[in-house]
Amino acid sequence: MIERHESVVVTTFVRVLVPLAQLFGLYVLVHGHESPGGGFQAGVILGASYILVALALGREALEERVNERACVALAAGGVLLYVATGAVGFAGTAFLDYAALPGPGSPVRARWLGILLIEIGVALAVAATLVLIFCRLAARDAET
Amino acid sequence: MRGHLPVLPLLLTLVGAMATPIVALVAPRAASGLAVGAAAAAALAALGGLADVLVAGPRRYALGGWPGPWGIELVLDPLSGFVGVVVAGVGTAALLAGAGGARRVYGDAAPTFHALALVALTGYLGIVASGDLFNVFVFLEIAAISSYALVASGGGPGLVAAFRYAVLGTVGASFYLLGVALLYALTGSLNMADLAARLPALAQSPLLTGGAALIVVGLAIKMALFPLHGWLPDAYTHAPSPVTALLPAVGTKAAAYALARILLSVLGGGDLPLAMLLAWTGAVAVVVGGVLAARQQDARRLLAYSSVSQMGYIAIGLGLAGTSALAGAYLHMLGHALAKGALFIGVGALLLAGRRPALAALGLGPRQPVLGACLVVAALSMVGVPPALGFFSKWYLLEGAVAAGQPGLVGAILLGSLLALVYMYRLTGAVWFGESGALPVAATPRPVLAVLVVLAVATLGLGLVSGPLVDRILIPAAVLTTAAAGP
Repeated sequence: MIERHESVVVTTFVRVLVPLAQLFGLYVLVHGHESPGGGFQAGVILGASYILVALALGREALEERVNERACVALAAGGVLLYVATGAVGFAGTAFLDYAALPGPGSPVRARWLGILLIEIGVALAVAATLVLIFCRLAARDAET
Repeated sequence: MRGHLPVLPLLLTLVGAMATPIVALVAPRAASGLAVGAAAAAALAALGGLADVLVAGPRRYALGGWPGPWGIELVLDPLSGFVGVVVAGVGTAALLAGAGGARRVYGDAAPTFHALALVALTGYLGIVASGDLFNVFVFLEIAAISSYALVASGGGPGLVAAFRYAVLGTVGASFYLLGVALLYALTGSLNMADLAARLPALAQSPLLTGGAALIVVGLAIKMALFPLHGWLPDAYTHAPSPVTALLPAVGTKAAAYALARILLSVLGGGDLPLAMLLAWTGAVAVVVGGVLAARQQDARRLLAYSSVSQMGYIAIGLGLAGTSALAGAYLHMLGHALAKGALFIGVGALLLAGRRPALAALGLGPRQPVLGACLVVAALSMVGVPPALGFFSKWYLLEGAVAAGQPGLVGAILLGSLLALVYMYRLTGAVWFGESGALPVAATPRPVLAVLVVLAVATLGLGLVSGPLVDRILIPAAVLTTAAAGP
């Protein structure tokens, strides 16, 4: 059973830590294609931040913040964003050819944007899937 | 859009798989229809791809515009086009037939089943389309992990079967990946065409021998080749009916395709002692699988062991590696997918109508003649009675075995047909003449009957046109795989 942690130190520290962790997740996401990091890592950090909420503040605190139906939509939607970005490449040479993305600037700039969009899709899918797995397992734990 | 045909089938199933759970949030019933529609669209795209190959020749498709050997390539040629049509077409039929059953078995979770089934199809279509060894691994795992979940989705004994399937499947994938790593260490390349060009110069390397052996063993586990079939009987026996309509028909075929592609056109299989070993293992699989199938009392387990036997035929063809033996093996993939799909759909319909899976309890009598007749047609194809497709595939295999001067293999192919006669009669005889035939049984839903009729008609009709099919598509596919293997 996952319940609110008794220690004030833990709950207070988690309240401070979670927004910072999410900010760091976003940093890892938007810098992923230029420095170490990327969509998967960012998704894991974002997902872990929500799981930390549940572990320290209880499952109810998590349920106040996220909605399982929204998680399903985000998990599948992240993959769809990936496919949609890749499909823009049909206008160019092939699937995933980001140089065909519309917008100002050179093909290099278009590839930069394409990779960012793909990373956002991956991050959404990974974060939502992690939270979903945790929610389902925790719900089963609560039933028994 | 013609240039993009290699990637379209798997993209369509992937989009369908991801759109289904989203649509299910607002309109659960529409979601199942969407999933079947996505599979059908993928089948049409695969058919278009095959037609395009016949007109315009093979295509190599560089994802992201990065050409091989550095980028990731998809390949559309007669072989991958043909197997793609088999997988997507039979997969669509299975999803359509399973849609009603899925609502009964899963209730509100039916769209989840459809999404998972489409992910599995994406994996299978990806294996077929890929021109890159590592990508084959990725798609093998996509297909495998969704298959584990599908087998487990019914709960009960299916959970144990799925765990066993997961353990053995992961062992197979690990063998395959280790083999790929050895080849990569040897050549620095993962692209199939590039490897095929580099490996002949390295034929003496122990890394090549080891890598080839690991890859073949890994894929043999995935295609359930005796004696590595341990995961298959339980998985196909205890999975829910909508799942058994899909996985047995298409799952092992994709692995067999990967084995054909890699063994023959990348590793230069015809010359390896491994190839003869594969052919003889296939012969043992045909006989032992047939004997085990003939001894079963549970209809689904009987069909599962018959799959072990029938995959042996494909292994014989791949091992012989002659033109007609390969054409026979490829034709057998189609014939077995259609027949096994029909048999599992028919038996699944009887189970959903309230029957128990024991052969003694399956009796239907003459009350549902269409269902019974479709089962008989599929059974005849499994045995190899003309004009069903199974006859022609075994004929080409026999021709190949005779041409290779292998009387033992000829004997195994014929003995396998005899055993198929025994186990298929036990099933169809139980359905038509079983003592339980007088007991009440619910009517089979119309969509299921329609799919069964389509599969049965395809079994007979494609058998009648198998001559042009082999000449136009399968002989070029066989020549392609053997020619690339040459020095």
